[in-house]
Amino acid sequence: MIHNQTIIKERPAPSSSVGAIAWLRTNLFNGPINTIFTLIGLYILYLLVVPTVQWAFLNADWIGTTRDDCSREGACWVFINARFTQFIYGLYPREEIWRANIVFAGFFTLIAWLAIPRLPLKRWVAVFALVGFPIVAYVLLHGGYFDMPRVPTHRWGGLMLTLLLATVGMVGALPIGIVLALGRRSNMPIVKSFCVVFIEFWRGVPLITVLFMASVMLPLFLPSDMSVDRLVRALIGLTLFQSAYMAEVIRGGLQAIPKGQEEAAAALGMTYWKRMGLIVLPQALKMMIPGIVNTFISLFKDTTLVMIIGLFDLLGIVQAALADSRWLGFSLEGYVFAAFMFWIFCFSMSRYSQYLERKLHTGHKR
Amino acid sequence: MTQAATNISGTPTSDLMVEMRGVNKWYGDFHVLRDIDLEVKRGERIVICGPSGSGKSTLIRCINHLEEHQQGDIVVGGVPLTQDVKRIEQIRRSVGMVFQHFNLFPHLTVLENCCIAPMWVQKKPRREAEEMAMQYLERVRIAEQALKYPGQLSGGQQQRVAIARSLCMHPDVMLFDEPTSALDPEMIKEVLDVMVELANEGMTMLCVTHEMGFAKTVADRVIFMDQGQIIEENAPEPFFNNPQSERTQLFLSQILGH
Repeated sequence: MIHNQTIIKERPAPSSSVGAIAWLRTNLFNGPINTIFTLIGLYILYLLVVPTVQWAFLNADWIGTTRDDCSREGACWVFINARFTQFIYGLYPREEIWRANIVFAGFFTLIAWLAIPRLPLKRWVAVFALVGFPIVAYVLLHGGYFDMPRVPTHRWGGLMLTLLLATVGMVGALPIGIVLALGRRSNMPIVKSFCVVFIEFWRGVPLITVLFMASVMLPLFLPSDMSVDRLVRALIGLTLFQSAYMAEVIRGGLQAIPKGQEEAAAALGMTYWKRMGLIVLPQALKMMIPGIVNTFISLFKDTTLVMIIGLFDLLGIVQAALADSRWLGFSLEGYVFAAFMFWIFCFSMSRYSQYLERKLHTGHKR
Repeated sequence: MTQAATNISGTPTSDLMVEMRGVNKWYGDFHVLRDIDLEVKRGERIVICGPSGSGKSTLIRCINHLEEHQQGDIVVGGVPLTQDVKRIEQIRRSVGMVFQHFNLFPHLTVLENCCIAPMWVQKKPRREAEEMAMQYLERVRIAEQALKYPGQLSGGQQQRVAIARSLCMHPDVMLFDEPTSALDPEMIKEVLDVMVELANEGMTMLCVTHEMGFAKTVADRVIFMDQGQIIEENAPEPFFNNPQSERTQLFLSQILGH
């Protein structure tokens, strides 16, 4: 039996676009129970949002220098204003802040350059960001060269310190994590057991303990004339701790790559490192972007724990400012500010990772 | 194919491309390859068939050391296969392999799939590698898809790209591991056509396949394996018309009798 003598013409799919009112009707008010829930939801939203907006914006005080300028019921952002320099730079000497500003400007320029696809010379910028920039940043921040007075690391703090800890931690943890993940999958028993022990040790210990050990116990083992800067110790502890997490995230990604990929690369005569570097890792890392960024975000927030070894990161410096007798009673403003700053950075990372995932997607599964 | 021809005539090693003597392999306690003896001359086309689990794939995967044999000797192009990684890589450069599931690199375009090994293994400049890749893609009739990703191609197209990718390394011998088993019926022919052309140009080939039509047209020898052994080995005409062993007869009646 022949159904159609002629081929049926292509037709556009039925339009699914509907107006806002139709959308409301089908999604929020389609029946009595849903309508009740919608109304209750709106009421709860009203209860939450209105006081928040009133407190944070409408009734808030923005301008002034002392607490006496905060007379109204709302938030006292004057406190943040007055302490802003400290929150960003810690106890960095005021007259040397230009140096930190150059580093900040360079840091954000490099990140923007690497993140915006249109800009050229990505490879050279990346090399400079990883090799040249850390040296420049160190020379500028630490001083002691070119007639710049030295600023010891215990005066570094605030957002500057948070970003420093997070960036060094991320840049260090990713390659170490890759090496550990490959090592854990290795056939060589010594390499494999070293990696397993390393990963399981660092994953099994709380970060607070790691930082305590780095600051209290490490000096006991080192010769008395040798001292490692406290910030450096915290950085090493943080990096090693996060690289163990990173290794497990990456190992998961490596396991998801079909064995045929490595076999095909091997059959073409590629060495182990080429098989990994050209074929397996690019695919695994792409798949692992959500996991890697998740680890980065938790690392970013974990930096706040350096507070307990006497380093004043963004949260630490806010807390220290709260203890100031001239500004007692403004802890809410302080914490909201700190939370907001952390949220900005973490949210940016999250958005960028979503963008990367879309960009790198090449429409494949196998 | 001029390049392969120079390879064949220009290499002064022995006449034998692949030699296997007394090769045995076990997966744990399971004896997958039992006393395999096999000689493949340059330019010879061999088809290996047999029931699933008979060790056909394992046999050809031993030739480029994707599987390790535990006993016996394998010599490829005059180079004995040992544990030495450098030597294994040397042999793999001269042995092309096409897999059942294509195994194209999904993060690279078709062109990049073909160029990556010439560029990184043979250190060819990008320009030269790309020109050569385009020639081979032309030959497997897929040049117009060069900038697409493998995920955008059909199975038959992907397998032809995989063949081109192997040819870009100018191999002396090509191994085909069930190249058409994962394809839809209407795509099998386009892949077999490419393989027939390759055979007619004088490429040394070992094909694990159930395509008996292909075996009849191009094979110099057909090898039947069962339970890890070579049961029967003959030219295609007597192999199909007058199989000697009972197991071969049974197998042939099963795959030809429907």
